[in-house]
Amino acid sequence: MTEAVTIRGAGVVGLCVATELAARGVAVTLSDPAPGPGAHGCSWWAGGMLAPFCEGFSAEEPVVRLGQEAADWWAAQGVAVIRRGSLVVTLQRDRRELDLFARRTKGHRPVTGAELAALEPHLAERHDRALFFETEAHIDPRAALLHLRRRLEEAGARFEQTGAAPDGPVIDCRGLAARDSLPELRGVKGEMVVLRSADMRLSRPVRLLHPRFPLYIVPRGDGVFMLGATQIESGERGRASARSVMELLSAAYALHPAFGEAEVLEIGADARPAFPDNLPRLTRKGRVIHVNGLFRHGFLLSPALARMTAAMVTGETATPELAHEDHG
Amino acid sequence: MPVFYETEVTSRLMLGTAQYPSPAILAQAFRRSGAGVATVSLRREAGGERAGQAFWDMIRELGVHVLPNTAGCHSVREAVTTAQMARELFDTNWIKLEVIGNADTLQPDPFGLVEAARILTDEGFAVFPYCTEDLVLCERLIEAGCRVLMPWGAPIGTGLGLNNIYGLRSLRAHFPDLPLVIDAGLGLPSQAAQAMELGYDAVLLNTAVARAGDPAAMAEGFARALEAGRLGFEADPMEPRDMAAPSTPVFGKAVL
Repeated sequence: MTEAVTIRGAGVVGLCVATELAARGVAVTLSDPAPGPGAHGCSWWAGGMLAPFCEGFSAEEPVVRLGQEAADWWAAQGVAVIRRGSLVVTLQRDRRELDLFARRTKGHRPVTGAELAALEPHLAERHDRALFFETEAHIDPRAALLHLRRRLEEAGARFEQTGAAPDGPVIDCRGLAARDSLPELRGVKGEMVVLRSADMRLSRPVRLLHPRFPLYIVPRGDGVFMLGATQIESGERGRASARSVMELLSAAYALHPAFGEAEVLEIGADARPAFPDNLPRLTRKGRVIHVNGLFRHGFLLSPALARMTAAMVTGETATPELAHEDHG
Repeated sequence: MPVFYETEVTSRLMLGTAQYPSPAILAQAFRRSGAGVATVSLRREAGGERAGQAFWDMIRELGVHVLPNTAGCHSVREAVTTAQMARELFDTNWIKLEVIGNADTLQPDPFGLVEAARILTDEGFAVFPYCTEDLVLCERLIEAGCRVLMPWGAPIGTGLGLNNIYGLRSLRAHFPDLPLVIDAGLGLPSQAAQAMELGYDAVLLNTAVARAGDPAAMAEGFARALEAGRLGFEADPMEPRDMAAPSTPVFGKAVL
């Protein structure tokens, strides 16, 4: 029997790790200064795309491979996983960007004309060519966080807001706040906008490739759309700049002018925790295991990282993939 | 190797630091290519409490000369303020001066550029102006105190190569002793070699390397092309001619 484990940080990583450990019969305590999932954590601002193949354009191989287990994992937890794939388009003059994207990614096929119109009629009004990543999926990240939290509570997990130093093993999932013990960690700022449009319908995430203003739009249902996200080398949290918001909105407007009439529901910003290679790491420091650096892949990679962490804690695996030697 | 404002650099390759898949890959690109200068953009990264510090520290750790830039500035005032901020943050008086005149083509605003160059030179900056290949503009920039010129090959990020060979050649001819750097618009190593063959001193690029499928390999490709092009320039190439001239004698050959 594995002894009780304290998990510091109840963002997407902490909740997934707790879920995996609880499933193996380990008693878990989640320690987080906030009372529950919310705007204080960067997972709250995520897109919730489970798009390992699209991410492969700029991310390295482990992201593509490990990300493929995410959709099934979330579904197994009872989270509503929408498996309708994702679409990638460009504006007319940037067509070659689509060829490049196609060349450097897998798991897609071109869709044109009638087929595109059948998939996304509103998108087809403005675009006649897209890449369809049929096996990709998306979730509502906020609903997913709240769902995991509720299930853990039901399963008897303890939640505490005060950070009393625990005696037993600790899994540190604090994200950027763990920079005090992980000096290589840095923040990469992301800004997002949430819109409501009565005129626009999308049933799957759409990415717009653009040399300067790349954009993705994730439909949240009920005419609500999440527009994301900038990627700026800055650890600043919580301040979306006018320029970034303007760029996101302009790109959405260029994707389809109907977005011009949408209502702005929310503007958000936070900093993603990342290591220099933008890949996550499992770092053991004495009795503490750090799970961090998930960068823009929190919901995509937390399931795999949680599985590896649980295997490490229960002794199934001594050094899983992504285990990082700490020389500090 | 080129000397910029009394400082000799170790390579003819200068690399930007934006758009790489990760800082680790950025560092690999520098290591494999031996690039001697790193340009860093301040404007977008800036936030309260020096929020970009972690990234800037990584750039410093590359151990190359840091050339902060005023990328994204559309007015003289913006560019001057950004330059002042850069001097403080990076502890250097080098500044790559960009004053953008058109949001679509990102081409320099020549009038704002000269004005900003004058202000910054007076404040003790070593100004590296991102300019067009216009001869008169370049003369004005020199009058304003610039001791390096960085004409574009083509608009930023387009990868179109050297769009105006004639203009670039005449610039080299007019300023034989001034360091000239092709800044922006290169997409392929062969274009960098061509810049060297024209007698340019260095090239500065970002997108061509950062957005390549393998940035480190592309950076090395550029470094080698620069070496090849420079050797070609120094070796005093032949002049092209219309008449074919055999390299082995044809007289006296048996006619079969």
